Amino acid sequence: MALFDMRLQEVHNKLNSKELSVQELVDASYRRIAETEPSIKAFLTLNEDGARAQAEELDKQLQDGAERGLLFGLPAGIKDNIVTEGLLTTCASQFLSNYNPIYNATAVRKLNAAQSVTIGKLNMDEFAMGGSNENSSFYPTRNPWNTEHVPGGSSGGSAASVAAGQVYFSLGSDTGGSIRQPAAYCGIVGLKPTYGLVSRFGLVAFASSLDQIGPLTKNVEDSAYVLQAIAGYDNMDSTSANVDIPDYTSALTGDVKGLRIGVPKEYLGQGIDPRVKESVMAALQVYESLGATWEEVSLPHTDYAIATYYLLASSEASSNLARFDGVRYGVRAENPDNLIDLYRKSRSQGFGPEVKRRIMLGTYALSSGYYDAYYLKAQKVRTLIKQDFDQAFQQYDVLIGPTAPTPAFRIGEQVGDPLTMYLNDICTIPVSLAGVPAISVPCGFADGLPIGLQIIGKAFDERTVLRAAHAFEQHTDYHKQRPQL
Amino acid sequence: MSISMQDVEHVAKLARLELTEEEKETFNGQLNAILKYAEKLNELQTDNIEPTSHVLPVINVMREDEVRPSLPIDKVLLNAPDDEDGQIKVPAVLE
Repeated sequence: MALFDMRLQEVHNKLNSKELSVQELVDASYRRIAETEPSIKAFLTLNEDGARAQAEELDKQLQDGAERGLLFGLPAGIKDNIVTEGLLTTCASQFLSNYNPIYNATAVRKLNAAQSVTIGKLNMDEFAMGGSNENSSFYPTRNPWNTEHVPGGSSGGSAASVAAGQVYFSLGSDTGGSIRQPAAYCGIVGLKPTYGLVSRFGLVAFASSLDQIGPLTKNVEDSAYVLQAIAGYDNMDSTSANVDIPDYTSALTGDVKGLRIGVPKEYLGQGIDPRVKESVMAALQVYESLGATWEEVSLPHTDYAIATYYLLASSEASSNLARFDGVRYGVRAENPDNLIDLYRKSRSQGFGPEVKRRIMLGTYALSSGYYDAYYLKAQKVRTLIKQDFDQAFQQYDVLIGPTAPTPAFRIGEQVGDPLTMYLNDICTIPVSLAGVPAISVPCGFADGLPIGLQIIGKAFDERTVLRAAHAFEQHTDYHKQRPQL
Repeated sequence: MSISMQDVEHVAKLARLELTEEEKETFNGQLNAILKYAEKLNELQTDNIEPTSHVLPVINVMREDEVRPSLPIDKVLLNAPDDEDGQIKVPAVLE
């Protein structure tokens, strides 16, 4: 079995028995990157010198018998909107193409404490805006299962790098589905934790009330390990939740007997590819065979989620991105007439079309005379969407449906039509608006492209989400299949 | 409600963006399509619904008002596009 096909525990056993060194593991990662990167293009920046120095240090600790962290020695990739001290963080934007952070995001600091090795920074849609990775201002990442297709977005680099076996796991960020959808398209596991469970300190803000960092891994058990390492209260983030962090791995019992599953009928209706629906129905049969029960449920405001999301996320984005003015960091336009002209020219040259579109939409929605009609209205509809979930969770332990309505589409297929592109997020966006946790696990294939099953849980009930996902994984082998590269 | 070219120009000014004529045309069409789609929210009666700005009850995080070391100036200036005498340099604000 290839190193990057192994479970975290198996790799740890090899390290502990000195059958393998961290240096060898890191070398294997860069070797794999050299082989596959020309066709995948998942990375924006590699950290070869830093990673090798870190591996040397960890190998010394291994020899000395020092205590080992949860993710000891594991090669990791970080989405390029999560700041890394001394390592470029560009958000896949020309605006930040020279930005070298002077501090680490809390999630990165926690990964360092857990002793994983940062291999490099991963491609994404510019400022996390997009669902296909085609909005990267550097180059699009390609789907390892078929390089003519998108890997999903915005964490497309994070998903493709894990699927291609370049890194052991990666961090992504999810605002409207940006961890789950690329995980589904690339046939891996992507977890969006409850809003507030993982600190957003050092995550370059897109839509502050929705953004959440989470892991992308090859299996559910590894997802639980990474979540364990990065979850927890952080006083550097005013929206961080001060809750007890349970033991996530002990929830992976394989037992779902008596689990009550709700299946939102809106997630299997119009616009859902029949092959996706078939895979979800087959997954429900697996749960039935394990002693779980399921029935159809309605989340009646689902149809309003996309409009709500794009008004809220764009409004928050227009506010958050006001800080990019060419004054303190980033790229500054040359020969401005005055200070306002410097802002205007720097922003116009630095931002790509999708970012400009969302800034324009958000600025309009927040502008005088339109605030009540768009922004406030969307905030109120968000309440209704959240209430749908609250009511469903009075009856069910988890909700299950597809992660995305179709498998990964072809590169360029939807570029000129932003509204159609936005509609791809119908199954993930309501979950983000409600702030609850959800995981995507592989549940089938269509024309050689993976399909994702989405398991949604109550706020801070990641244990049940992981338990349900793990049980499914134990009785299927979709997660074991790898793209031929 | 539809957006005119003048609206696009006004919003671009508010957003500190300088758009080409082509961009204005494109955004005019796309924003109108998106806002038309968003009008479906008007199907819902929301007069008595409280807005949700955050899914969690968010409270202000206050720290003690203590003097703490600032970031070193050389680090702060590391990413500044232009600096002089330990300060970030911008075009003159006043004539």
